Amino acid sequence: MQDLTDLYQSVILDHNRRPRNRGKLPTANRVAHGDNPSCGDQCTVYLRLDGDRIGEISFEGSGCAISQASASLMTLNLKGKTVPEAEALYADVHRLVTTGKVDEDNLSDLAALAGVHQFPARIKCATLGWHAALNAAKGDPITATTETHKD
Amino acid sequence: MTLDLTKIRADFPILHQQVNGQPLVYLDNGATSQKPKQVIASLVSYYERDNSNVHRGLHALSMRATDAYEGARARVARFINAADPAEVLFTRGTTESINLVARSWGHAHLKPGDVVLTTEFEHHSNLVPWQQAAKAAGATLKYVPLLGADGEGGLDMAALDRLLTPQVKLFAFTHISNTLGTINPVAELCRRARAVGAITVIDAAQSIGHGPLDVQAIGCDFLAFSGHKMCGPTGIGVLYGRRALLDKLAPDETGGGMVVSVTYEGATWKPAPERFEAGTPNVAGAIGLGAACEYLDSIGREKIAAHDDALVRIAMEKLSALPGIRIIGPRKGAERSGLVSFAFENVHAHDIVTFADEDGVALRGGHHCNQPLMRKLGLTSTTRASFYLYNTEQEIDRLVTSLRRIQKFFAG
Repeated sequence: MQDLTDLYQSVILDHNRRPRNRGKLPTANRVAHGDNPSCGDQCTVYLRLDGDRIGEISFEGSGCAISQASASLMTLNLKGKTVPEAEALYADVHRLVTTGKVDEDNLSDLAALAGVHQFPARIKCATLGWHAALNAAKGDPITATTETHKD
Repeated sequence: MTLDLTKIRADFPILHQQVNGQPLVYLDNGATSQKPKQVIASLVSYYERDNSNVHRGLHALSMRATDAYEGARARVARFINAADPAEVLFTRGTTESINLVARSWGHAHLKPGDVVLTTEFEHHSNLVPWQQAAKAAGATLKYVPLLGADGEGGLDMAALDRLLTPQVKLFAFTHISNTLGTINPVAELCRRARAVGAITVIDAAQSIGHGPLDVQAIGCDFLAFSGHKMCGPTGIGVLYGRRALLDKLAPDETGGGMVVSVTYEGATWKPAPERFEAGTPNVAGAIGLGAACEYLDSIGREKIAAHDDALVRIAMEKLSALPGIRIIGPRKGAERSGLVSFAFENVHAHDIVTFADEDGVALRGGHHCNQPLMRKLGLTSTTRASFYLYNTEQEIDRLVTSLRRIQKFFAG
């Protein structure tokens, strides 16, 4: 049970129950959709890019607690960041969910995703929203799938 | 229950292990069944004593391997009561079997204006091949509706009669829905299809090995199944086809082993089954499948069906009592196969499966290769518990206890 409480930390459960920035973004000028074909999870991310900066961000979709909470946390963490900053943050998140190694200062509440690395099958759940967000940010309104993109 | 579960469970070495510190409860039989030591022994024996290529060798090992391979074909033919072992084609599994019909038969017979009929609750393996075949031929694919907000009403038989016009050239349907647990009246469906001159293709992936199955009594033209869901090895499956149809069917794959004569200009084909088995076949897999037939018949398929039925009735009773559960497929008390799919409003199927795994309970969560059906029912995923001959009532209690814990955890 130790592993599961690592995975389903209270931050995760909270964001799953009350996702932040969920819904369409009327002012969005970028959108991208992500599918996880192996489990049917879906996530659409809406962005308003102000130049190179993410001014507003929201998501819609369905999936497990990990995917929903990760997307919710992501919206809080990417708002206000430039696209290169967003990419750098995702690199840290990816390292976190694949290795469990976390630089607490840098990742703050995202550190709640550290438990994912003990459940390799769930890494795709945690990264789905991020793939969609980065695709949207790069002005590339294509469908991201975690089957064809590296985690 | 009439099965000697202690004896049966002793036949399955894999069941006797701990997962996450708990005794394994394997309830993912709809995805694949476990293998008894009798089947495993047949593979070991083949590789240790008889391994050789079949049909073309003149030495002792090759003759033994050929006899065992063809013996397995005859055993499978008896298992499904085919009139002739030549009606049993070995494939990789249900998917390859259905694709073979869709490509070979579809290519030869489907024309623009024709209709291919299937149902709204097919596994992708009995859906996508027909989409492809219909597109290639310029034919139309139509679906017999599923009745009920939870799919509890089964196939809409009145709609079926409206849809079964003389334009329908082929009707493909599942015997048992892998997601709903619905058991289709396959003999009746074949009778109605035959009345308009349509050929029938049955996906028997979920029914094979779970009860008696008689292709002649059903009256189907083709029937597909996989060995691994009936205690056999992975990578081996069967396409049953009526001899009269197979004799007129062109091969899908060509190459060695399926030709009579080859010149630089062309080739001629052997009759079925060799015509459809190009290349070195899965000899060990076929032998293992034959051993699985032998094993299941030694237990008795009527008894296995009764056991599945008893378990699913208990499961329906106990799962229905969980607050906020939505069970799809036939209602409690109605006929259903040995599986239950369900959803909780506030807990996603993948979270359920992860938690149950922590309790040693193996379930399946997702869309079950049934995406259009999920959409129709307003779901993105369900959790499925599926039973087989070695499962016990105590294991259902373990499932229910685990689900209660999950509900409590996510309720906060």
